[in-house]
This record gives sequence, structure tokens and C-alpha cells, in this order.
Amino acid sequence: MEFVSQHPVLVVSLIKIAIALFVVMTALAYLTWFERKVVARIQSRWGPYWVGPHGLLQPLADGIKFLFKEDVVPPTADKVSYLLAPFLALALALTTLALVPIGPASINVLGQQTQLVISHSNIALILLFAISSIGIYGVVLAGWSSNSKYPLMGGLRSSAQMISYEVSLTLSVVGVLLLAGSFDFYDIVGSQAHWPHFLSQWSLPKWYVFPQFLGFSCYLTAAFAETNRVPFDLPEAETELVAGFHTEYSAFKFAMFFMAEYANMITVSCLATLLFLGGWLSPLPESWRWQLYLPAAGLIIGGIALIIGGLRSVQWNAKAVFPVLGIVCIGIGYICTLTGPGDPVAEVIQGPFWFITKVFFLLFFYVWARGTLPRFRYDQLMSFGWKFLLPLSLINLVATGFVVVLRGRP
Amino acid sequence: MSVAMVVFIVCGALTILGAIGLILAREPVHSALSLVLVMIALAVLYLLLGAAFIAAIQILVYGGAIMVLFVFVIMLLNAGVEVRTNLSRIAFWVGLPLAVLFLIEMVYSLSHQYAAGTTLASAGAVAGPVPASTEELSMKIFTEFVLPFELTSILILIAILGALVLAKKEAS
Amino acid sequence: MVPISYYIILSGILFGLGVIAFIFKRNIITIFMSIELMLNAVNLAFVAFSREFNQLDGLVFVFFVIVVAAAEAAVGLAIVMVIARNRKSLNVEDVNLLKF
Repeated sequence: MEFVSQHPVLVVSLIKIAIALFVVMTALAYLTWFERKVVARIQSRWGPYWVGPHGLLQPLADGIKFLFKEDVVPPTADKVSYLLAPFLALALALTTLALVPIGPASINVLGQQTQLVISHSNIALILLFAISSIGIYGVVLAGWSSNSKYPLMGGLRSSAQMISYEVSLTLSVVGVLLLAGSFDFYDIVGSQAHWPHFLSQWSLPKWYVFPQFLGFSCYLTAAFAETNRVPFDLPEAETELVAGFHTEYSAFKFAMFFMAEYANMITVSCLATLLFLGGWLSPLPESWRWQLYLPAAGLIIGGIALIIGGLRSVQWNAKAVFPVLGIVCIGIGYICTLTGPGDPVAEVIQGPFWFITKVFFLLFFYVWARGTLPRFRYDQLMSFGWKFLLPLSLINLVATGFVVVLRGRP
Repeated sequence: MSVAMVVFIVCGALTILGAIGLILAREPVHSALSLVLVMIALAVLYLLLGAAFIAAIQILVYGGAIMVLFVFVIMLLNAGVEVRTNLSRIAFWVGLPLAVLFLIEMVYSLSHQYAAGTTLASAGAVAGPVPASTEELSMKIFTEFVLPFELTSILILIAILGALVLAKKEAS
Repeated sequence: MVPISYYIILSGILFGLGVIAFIFKRNIITIFMSIELMLNAVNLAFVAFSREFNQLDGLVFVFFVIVVAAAEAAVGLAIVMVIARNRKSLNVEDVNLLKF
């Protein structure tokens, strides 16, 4: 325990990293389940259904499959790059999540007041872009080191696409920076906090998505291309390039690329909520105190739905598991209501609740786009990025600059 | 042995290892990767020196754009394994001791020159640490150094046009 | 606190290693990379001195060095591609048409 008292910051950071890693890995696994379910429902079929109740154990089965598959290494592959690429992709995708805060509050862990972020940096935004710009190496090394046609083409195309859209991505964010005046996420979200009251109590929240709607659209489009998702996923589409840059990877290394793609999706969604959607701020005005009960209400309603759905379902395992899950949800919801509006615990939950809700909606948008849109051809993709999206981001930047100067910002 | 010293030693060792990796690697792609390692370790050193914005710019521009360009060109041109040259005898038996001697001399002169900080006042040091924040840096760039800034933007434009014109395949 | 001379020595060592790579390597692209290594060593010296003399001019210079290195790398690699296309080789000793 002396170690804890001598290095409190280090121990608390390690605890936060462990919790964050656990939560993120579980979220990644269940994001794949969520995607398969939603895409299946869009296509009028069930999706994962048999492995566990409603396919809830499918990610576990996939994980076990990936662990036990035979690891085939092409004999003419460049060993160093071949082994390095998936680790690089996954490590960088997870590192960016260390900079993302989920709430404004400071909680007390092991006697140390800490914020709800692993690393509070005052250049967090540009550091996040810097780390994700090194993620391109994972793709390009994977494509090249496999020493085979399809991965090389897929890798070069994918990384050229990522570099091209990275320019538009960073430019579309600069409008927000001009309005907020800081690279720090806490300042950016904080400057979205005051809404002008023009209709009695409730008015449009001062989130940057409203003045910067062009920037938000550019950002989302560039983010789709940056994470190699539909409609920009030609470099890894099965009908075009076998599997693109990760063709020659099997078993666990392929799983790492897979996880890296979803982790990038989560990071980009978190960044979009922090910059444009107001982060952890709720859209309802501060004076409506009943909103503090929203997380609890959501959990209780979800619990009741789970119980009723479980008891009505056809599968025997769903009948057994879902009511139990429902009761657990209702229990957690009740615990959230135990502390009243003035108590610090309820305040601590509010920030992460809104943040996670918004990230969830953005991820749903990602999956919805995947189920709905066809993909772009590669030359259409590149000309769209350079000839349309980049000028649009620049126009957004120049217009925002004009407005900021004319408004007389100090 | 403060934390700063430990970080400096680790990152310094990484930069030197990366530079030696650049020299000793047989494939150009491995040299490029070692250079990326050097750049990231240098970015951590800049953070240690308090230049946070420059560290982020170093990773973003150098590590994420320039070196990706290098790796692309290496892959497009299919640069193969580098042929080992036989280092000449003179280079090995005379050059290496001379290099070590030069290193010792440099270490000695530099650590005595800047040890006590006696030359600082004469070199025009400003009193008190100036925070190297983004705001201060951008104030300097856009007021005092605005002419070089505009000239570099023209330079980048010329570089883009030059690269496009040079690398275009000739119409047959 | 790390004494400033340590940073300068590290910068000198890196620069020396860059010069060694420049002289002893044969691949044009690797020679280019050694030039980038030398520029990085100089950047480290600038940042160290900027911290030591408490002036921001060093950081501004680093900013411009990074920008100019990017422009130079773009044009240089385009030239390398033209050379590779014409001489069919990336060995710097094969670019010898003007040798007497």
C-alpha cells in the first residue's frame, strides 16, 4: 500500500486504463453483434440468433474461433512488417481513446480526485489526430508485407484513401476550433454549454452542429472514409479485392485488424460527439431537474422491456436469460434513483449517460449507412475526396473565420 | 533519477537505436520504419522540453505524412534489398576511432559550455520561462513571422505543382 | 531536470549518424531519409535552445523547418521517381551519365 500512497497518480491512472480497456473491448465485441443484428434487420432477416439468446454469445464464439484458428504466415512475407502491422493498427486505435473524456465531473478513486479521462491534455485534439495519422502505417505495411497482389493493391488504395480524407477531416474540425478557441476537449465542450434563451425555458442547445452543420457533414463523410467503412470500403470489399489489405492474415491477427476498425469507429464517434454534439451536455435546460432521473428511467424501462420480451420469446435460453437481465437493469436503475438531485452521485452519472447515448446514436448511424448505401468506386471515391470534400471544408473554414472576425472575438 | 531523466534516457536511446536501424537495415521499408520510430521518440523529447504543439505537429506532419510518402514511394518503386558494400579498411580502422574521439570531444565541450548556464545572459536569454503554448506560438508566427509563413505557403504550392509535373507519366 | 547539454549532445549524435547514413548508403531513398534524420536532429537542437533561452523563435523556426522538409520531400521523391524510371535502378551509383 506504500506504493499506492507514494505514486497515487500512477496507480489511479492504471486503474482507469484497466477499466477503460475492459469496457472498450467489451463494447467492441458487442458492437460487432449490434452491427450484424441491425444490418440483418434492414435486410429483413434475423442476424445472429442461435448462439446464445438472440445471438448475444456470438462475439464470444467469434473470439474463440479467432483464437483457435491456424495462424498461416505466407512464406515470402516480410516478417517484421507482417507481424508489426496488426499490432500497430490495434495499439494506435486504442491509444486514441485515452484522450477522450466522458464526463465533466471529478470522482474520488482511492482517495485521489481524478477526472473522467485517462489523459487530460491541453493539446488533446491535435494529439488525437496525430496518433490516428500514424495508424495509416498499419494498413500500408499490412498490404505491402503480404507480398501478394490483392493485399498490395488493397493496402495502397486504402492508405491513399485514408491520407486524402484525413486532410478534409482535420479541416472540417478547424471551424469548431475557431469557435471554441482551444484544443482541450473540456474547453470545447464547455463552450457549447450556454444556450441562448429565446423561447421561455427551452431553446436550441448551443452545440456546434447547428452553426457548423457543413463542418459536421464534412466531418462525418471524411470519418466514414477514414475508417474504411461503407460507402468508402472498396479497398476491403470482398467482391473487389478479396479482402483487401488483410487478405493474407488469419486468426488472431485478422481479429486485431477487425477490432482496430471498430475501435477507430468508436474513436471517431466520440470525437464527433465532443466536437459537434456537445459531448456530455444534455439538450434539456439546466433548470429541468427531472432530467437527472433520465438514466434511471431509461434503465428501468429497458429492464421491463427485457423481462416482457424474454418471457414472450420463442427460444428457451432467451426465456431464461432476458428476464434475469431485465431484473438486473431495473435494479441498477433503482440504485441510480437512490441519490437525489442534490447528491453528487446522480450528477456524476449524467455526463457519461448523455455522452454514451450520443456515441451510440452515431454508431447506429454508421451501421445504418452500412446496411443502406452501396459503395463508391475507387476513382469516384478519390475524386470526391479531393474535388468536392476538400473545397467544401475549406469554404467552411473561411466562412467560419469571416464570421468569427466580424463578430469581434477577443 | 527523476522521471524526466528516465524519459530522456529512454527516448534518447530509442532515437539512437532508430538511427542505427536506419543505417543497418537491409530493406528500405525497415529503414523508413526506424526513422518513424526516431520521429516519435523525438516528439516525446519535444514534449519533455515543453513544446507540446511542436510535438503534435512533428508526429502529424513528419510521422504521419512525410514518412508515409516515403513508404509509398518505396513500395511503388519496388526498392529491393540493399546490397551490402564492403566497408573499406580505412573507414573502419581510422574512421571509427576518429568518430569516437570526436564524440568525446563534443560531449566534453558541450557539457562544459552549458553546464553552469554562465553564457545564458550574454546570449540574450529572456527572464522567466515563456510558456510555449499554441496561442503564444501562433501570435509569433502570424505577427512577427508572417512573411516567411506566406512564403512557405507559396513554397508548398510550388512543391505540389512540381511533384505533379515531375511524376506524371509522359503521354506516349 | 535534464541539463540542456544532454539534448545538444543527442542532437549532435543524431546528426552524425545521419551523415554516416548519407555517405554509406546506396539507395537514393535511404539517402533521402538520412537527410530527414539530419533535419530532425537540427530541430531537436532548436527546441532545446528555445527552452534554454526562453524564447519562442526557436519553435517558430522548427515549424518552418518541418514545413520546408515536407515540401522538399515531395519534390525530391518525385525526382527520385523520374530517375528510377529513366535509369531503371535506385542505386545512386547508377546515376552517372555526367561522369567523365
